[in-house]
Amino acid sequence: MKWGVVRFPGSLDDLDSLHALRDVMGEDASLLWHKDESLGGAQCVLLPGGFSYGDYLRCGAIARFSPIMRSIAKFAADGGLVIGTCNGFQILCEARLLPGVLTRNRMLSFICERVVVRVENAATPFTCAMRQGDLLRLPIKHSEGLYVAPEAELSQMEERGQVLLRYVDSDGRESEAANLNGAMHAIAGVANQTFNVFGLMPHPEHAVEPTLGGTDGLAIFRSIVASVG
Amino acid sequence: MQVKVFVTPRKGILDPQGRAVENSLKSLGFGNVANVKIGKYIVLDVVAGSTAETREQVKRMCEQLLANPLIEDFSFEVDGQ
Repeated sequence: MKWGVVRFPGSLDDLDSLHALRDVMGEDASLLWHKDESLGGAQCVLLPGGFSYGDYLRCGAIARFSPIMRSIAKFAADGGLVIGTCNGFQILCEARLLPGVLTRNRMLSFICERVVVRVENAATPFTCAMRQGDLLRLPIKHSEGLYVAPEAELSQMEERGQVLLRYVDSDGRESEAANLNGAMHAIAGVANQTFNVFGLMPHPEHAVEPTLGGTDGLAIFRSIVASVG
Repeated sequence: MQVKVFVTPRKGILDPQGRAVENSLKSLGFGNVANVKIGKYIVLDVVAGSTAETREQVKRMCEQLLANPLIEDFSFEVDGQ
């Protein structure tokens, strides 16, 4: 399938994402410049991690106004698949394509760790190659990953199954220690109400080869490929 | 017209920076300090026909970009008012 990986000024994981999709998965993936308005026929658009626009004002707040974001918003409104990792997740929240917002980690420090996340809903294009309850070992590396949303909205999101990934310990249990950044409801990844936009703080693109320490990230990309068919 | 915008964490939203600074102030001996919040102070000039017009525009700037209403409150002064 055809993928578009957006490069904003300050994107860091764009080339790693391309590597994961092209070299590891054998997919047809190309870079999209943030000033372009065309998505190049992509069937899934990936917003990579990094520090778009230096994280000025708030993470993702400025990138949201890049010309390509108008096209992405329209693409998403028409049901197109959009995935944002880390800074990409922050941008999707600021663009209101996803609920909530990501704020400073509870302990204020940058966290670079391998974490375990549990698949909470496997009936989505982003998780359909997995089963509910599956555990993925994925890296995180961020300062602003504490997911916040109003409690009333959170409970609606939980009811609708919009929480796709949650931080847990290696036995799959929720605990304060396993929720390194302090995210509300230990949320690591959420989808929109129509389940075609997904954002997550962990980096699936950094977990696609044994030399990287694991291959669990492939399950997310394989789900997307399987859902497109 | 000169505009001063103040953006602060919303009440009830965890402000880890404010808490860390509050703890540091307490360890400095200022035990009477509470509710430390850390926000942003943004200054800008606006050319507009009236103060009312400026206020209306700045409100929209805050809602659309300068603050994220999910986690932040904002207030502002136009020409010191």
